[in-house]
Amino acid sequence: MKRRQLLAAFAAGAVFGPLANSQERLIRVVAKKFEFIPAEISLQRGVPVILELTTEDVAMGFSAPDFNADVEIVPGKVARVRLLPDKAGSFEFTCDVFCGEGHEDMSGKIHVA
Amino acid sequence: MTQPIDRRDFLKLAGLGGAVFASGLAGCAGIAGAEQDEFYFVQLSDTHWGFKGDALNPDAGGTLPKAVAAVNALAVKPDFIVFTGDLTHTTDDPKERRRRLAEFRDIVSKLDNKNVRFMPGEHDASLDNGQAWKEFFGASTYSFDHKGVHFIAIDNVSDPAGKIGDAQLAWLKADLDKHATDAPVVVLTHRPLFDLMPQWDWATKDGAQAISLLMPYRNVTVFYGHIHQEHHHMTGHIAHHSAKSLIFPLVAPGSRPRREPIPWDAAQPYRGLGFRSIEAEKSVLKIVEYPVKA
Repeated sequence: MKRRQLLAAFAAGAVFGPLANSQERLIRVVAKKFEFIPAEISLQRGVPVILELTTEDVAMGFSAPDFNADVEIVPGKVARVRLLPDKAGSFEFTCDVFCGEGHEDMSGKIHVA
Repeated sequence: MTQPIDRRDFLKLAGLGGAVFASGLAGCAGIAGAEQDEFYFVQLSDTHWGFKGDALNPDAGGTLPKAVAAVNALAVKPDFIVFTGDLTHTTDDPKERRRRLAEFRDIVSKLDNKNVRFMPGEHDASLDNGQAWKEFFGASTYSFDHKGVHFIAIDNVSDPAGKIGDAQLAWLKADLDKHATDAPVVVLTHRPLFDLMPQWDWATKDGAQAISLLMPYRNVTVFYGHIHQEHHHMTGHIAHHSAKSLIFPLVAPGSRPRREPIPWDAAQPYRGLGFRSIEAEKSVLKIVEYPVKA
């Protein structure tokens, strides 16, 4: 993959293999019916992180619109998305791939200090 | 059989049970210049047949039949009726899903007017890509013309990620290409096409592409469901009007930290529930909201 393509995929929150910057903190998040583990993620303003997401059962989504972070989580694969917490506060993230009876309660919080 | 509707009669009808949405929205006056006959249709949405939860609606099994009876009792019969999705409440069990769809179909078969158009919601369609829903109601993407107005049904729920998808967008473009840019167009869909509240999944991921295709058309109005409340919004000259639910209302967008249903109020039963009529008359679309009554 050419550098320009890689950067474009990165900006779009695409699923990809190697981390773009190994200095960035890695946070693993597991999705399963109908919760995220952890459901609360604490970050520092201005310090980007890589979220590494997997699902234990069905296809899920991770969406944090306040940070323009959105990625689909496919069973058997690892999804990664870079998140830059550019503002302080508490922000909701949700599963945005309809996954079953408890889908609408599947959410969490990102706290940025 | 359809009947011409007299404006004065329509407003009388509104006075009998509904509230006229007196809109100054340019898009609500979205059929300017068009030559079409007067008519009206009824929109029902988010009936969630199969839902159980007394705290939100102790009459979950009775609300839809009451709405059907109320539509049948309208003094002036609508030309047609649309259901904009979430006909049933979701279930992980495919057999139960079909049972709920069958029961829903049986109940709405009691509508006097048999010209009924259906759309799926994510509760109906997202867990099996619309397979069961289509067994009962056929295609989930279609268009039709009625008395000079072009209606387009867009499916933004059969993809569980809440996308319209490239194939359907191509179909939309081809469908629109057949019409002049001053043609009156009404879009029917489930999710909002614009980013109303993505944090609450109140959006369509590629809805902006649909709006972009619609934008050259000067007279476009969108009617949708999903958010269980009335909401009126403009994207440029295009008006978007969400409908009330027939199971429980949800809180206003952004009014609480999380998306929440509004509990049943025994002092005001059925508060926040209802259906609407939409009258196409010369240069305007008039919306009249009807409550559900005990």
